[in-house]
Amino acid sequence: MDGIHDLGGMHGLGPVNPESDEPVFHAEWERRMFAVLMATFASGIYNVDEFRHATENMAPADYLTTSYYEHWLHSLEQVMIEKGQFDRAELEAAWSNVTAGEAA
Amino acid sequence: MADHDHTEPPSDTALRVKALESLLLEKGLVEADTLDALIQLYEHNIGPQNGAKVVARAWSDPDYKARLLADATPAIAELGFGGVQGEDMVVVENTSEVHNLLVCTLCSCYPWPVLGLPPVWYKAAPYRARAVSEPRAVLKEFGVEIRDDVEVRVWDSTAELRYMVLPERPAGTEGLGEDELAALVNRDSVIGVALVEGA
Repeated sequence: MDGIHDLGGMHGLGPVNPESDEPVFHAEWERRMFAVLMATFASGIYNVDEFRHATENMAPADYLTTSYYEHWLHSLEQVMIEKGQFDRAELEAAWSNVTAGEAA
Repeated sequence: MADHDHTEPPSDTALRVKALESLLLEKGLVEADTLDALIQLYEHNIGPQNGAKVVARAWSDPDYKARLLADATPAIAELGFGGVQGEDMVVVENTSEVHNLLVCTLCSCYPWPVLGLPPVWYKAAPYRARAVSEPRAVLKEFGVEIRDDVEVRVWDSTAELRYMVLPERPAGTEGLGEDELAALVNRDSVIGVALVEGA
């Protein structure tokens, strides 16, 4: 698929910007995202190609403006719904719960 | 729009991750202890120190180096490293004539068992775009100047196959043991965006 993920040779994306003494994770949510991805992947519910396909289907503008673990978040939500592990209504209910919990 | 009746995701990514984790826990699809163990493993136990040991062994033991270059996955497993994102490894050797550089243009494939999780710049668009089209310019941004008569080879990783650079052993390290050699090797030199400096 010739999508936005096929970045080799693309121009105009700017300098590389390495970070010195970079930590493994930059926020607690990145740790949690990493762990839920690894744990669900290990269970064999989906394979690496299905997961990558979900990332490659992201809207191009979203793909370029979000980080690696945000790509994972998008793709894991997507693939779990596709595999029937939960539906969108359940995911939305979970969003409402945590949002309400933060507001309380 | 068909999505009209849907709830918008929380604008805060952290909340959205929290929601996903809570749903997966509730469904019994993940277990809290497993999640914590995975974080511990990749934050503290699997990292570039593993790759440094492989490099130091290759520098110290010519037979090991031959095995590593011929068939990297079992040779790396001799040191106890392997598994996820390192199931099929290829080691490419830097010499006085060739400098190797790793990238994953399509994704962020990276040899986890020997380097741990990739840095942000490796996963970000500029490196993935430019490493293949202007590797010498990218290397210069990392402070690495490759002589014109040295060939630069760029290796684009795939979902199945992962590369690792065997850096050149610096001059003046002949008397060093494996542990001392390993201490000279950092993550960037195994990706190919740095050279190993002498002791």
